Amino acid sequence: MPKKFTFTKAFWLLWRLKLTLVAGLLLLAIAVGAVLAPYLAPFDPLATDITARLKPPSWMEGGRPDYVLGTDQVGRDILSRIIFGARVSLLVGALAVLLAAAIGIPLGLAAGYSGRVTDTVISTLVNIMLTFPFVLLALAVIAVLGPSLTNMIIVLGITNWPLYTRVVRADVLRLKELEFVMAARALGMGHARLILRQIFPNLVSAVVVISSVLVARMIILESFLSFLGLGVQPPTPSWGGMLGEGKDYMLLRWWLATFPGLAIFVTTLLINLLGDGLRDWLDPSMKV
Amino acid sequence: MKRYLAHQCIQLLVVCLGISVITFLLLHLKGDPVVLLLPLDAGKEEMERFRHLMGFDQPVLVQYLRFLTGALRGDFGDSLYMKKSAFALVVERMPATLLLTFAGLIISLVIAIPLGIVSAMKRYSVVDNLCTMFAVGGQAMPIFWLGIMLIIVFSVKFHWLPASGFGTWTHLVLPATTLGLFLAPLTMRLVRSGMLEVLSQDYVRTARAKGVSEPDVLLKHAFRNVAIPVVTVIGLQFGQLLGGAIVTETVYAWPGVATFTVTAIRNSDFPVVQASVFLLALCIVVVNLMVDLIVGMIDPRIRLEG
Repeated sequence: MPKKFTFTKAFWLLWRLKLTLVAGLLLLAIAVGAVLAPYLAPFDPLATDITARLKPPSWMEGGRPDYVLGTDQVGRDILSRIIFGARVSLLVGALAVLLAAAIGIPLGLAAGYSGRVTDTVISTLVNIMLTFPFVLLALAVIAVLGPSLTNMIIVLGITNWPLYTRVVRADVLRLKELEFVMAARALGMGHARLILRQIFPNLVSAVVVISSVLVARMIILESFLSFLGLGVQPPTPSWGGMLGEGKDYMLLRWWLATFPGLAIFVTTLLINLLGDGLRDWLDPSMKV
Repeated sequence: MKRYLAHQCIQLLVVCLGISVITFLLLHLKGDPVVLLLPLDAGKEEMERFRHLMGFDQPVLVQYLRFLTGALRGDFGDSLYMKKSAFALVVERMPATLLLTFAGLIISLVIAIPLGIVSAMKRYSVVDNLCTMFAVGGQAMPIFWLGIMLIIVFSVKFHWLPASGFGTWTHLVLPATTLGLFLAPLTMRLVRSGMLEVLSQDYVRTARAKGVSEPDVLLKHAFRNVAIPVVTVIGLQFGQLLGGAIVTETVYAWPGVATFTVTAIRNSDFPVVQASVFLLALCIVVVNLMVDLIVGMIDPRIRLEG
């Protein structure tokens, strides 16, 4: 098909560029909001008010103007809890991805670079890990270790590294046959230096793209674990935990479950949009 | 073909062994499995007796071999709460999970294939952009929240469908739709990119030049060639599908393996947890192998490369 210029296409490309920028800025705003939560939140997220239980959002009949998104079953302000809940989600997302990268990237480099037995062993390990229904594996490990913030980060990091390994391995296999790597080797560069200085810089874009996919996935998984009561423990506000508590009231009080879920959805959507934009920008060949 | 088969079978065996090791190690994550299996108030003497009875005082390797031979016979010990074989309890709940999984798969295909074909046909059109938005939004959607929102809209507000339970087909509609919507974006993207690639091929141009009608070009010439990679990827994503089914089950209290396992996890009923992790992982391995073999049979290129 000939690549012809059309206005719709040009508009679409510009729109995507703008969308990436806007997504990035909004994410930054969420992160800043999480850091400044004590100053931004109108109420203490843990303060209960028995006289104002299950108040609907302020625009509905019976709502109070100071509780913008309503209150939960013990009269805590939902908006304040959502603002504080961002802390848990972003923290778990970021740290779990760092852990997964710290395990997955070195293994991928080792498998791709040294080949042979190392490669076979690591690739088999990746295959086994990818076979597990990792939601279930994460649940089972949490059940043994006990639910806590640290354990959740560890479990999510340990169950999600294979994606890094698989992509890094494939890239290294391709890169190590290229002329510039061969040349560096012919000039007598050592293995460690070769990997760090010649190969690794070429992996950065792939790593960035995978990380954005994984952060979004981790946030959803974290909220699912908290939703089941196996993640962050109450009363610490977390989006998943609020959703889990709100589920019990969903038949009559829809706002309890709706807003925290919306927060998860918007955050992961922004991360995915940013990731898609970064992928187009960093590595057009990975475009779907 | 023989070498390909042998290679697949060896890989299958290795993966199964790996699964058994991880399942076995679950109990040993915290060091002493006895602490996990007995109630908190168990006395020291009772713990020692139990340790000896279960063979936890033997070397780890011996314990693993015992676990493995047990697992091969479907023996993971009895559930700590219901005095019944953990394996049998999990197997009993398997049909409900599989029903939900396949219903979800079908719904996702019904949504994804037409949308994928249309958006590839009319690239960069309004329809394509809407489909892309659907895909991007769908991939960011936490499936358990989607489930709750569907319940609030269709059960609470309109009273059209039951919010939870099991039995008639109406109980299946919401969970299967939730799962289908979860899987559809990925499938749609695959169909779209596959169609775009195929539509620019020479044989499609030839078919058009011969005067083959557009629907025939799309469905008979193009889509058939897209179907193979789509089937492969969906097959390999079976784990993700099952993961989605696990989440969906817990939202709708669907009486399948996942709901049962989550309850077992809450109760620290570890034989059940081990049995279900092992069984579900095994399901995924078998489905992956079947997909590999089927695709290998349909598409000789893969078989020869492997």
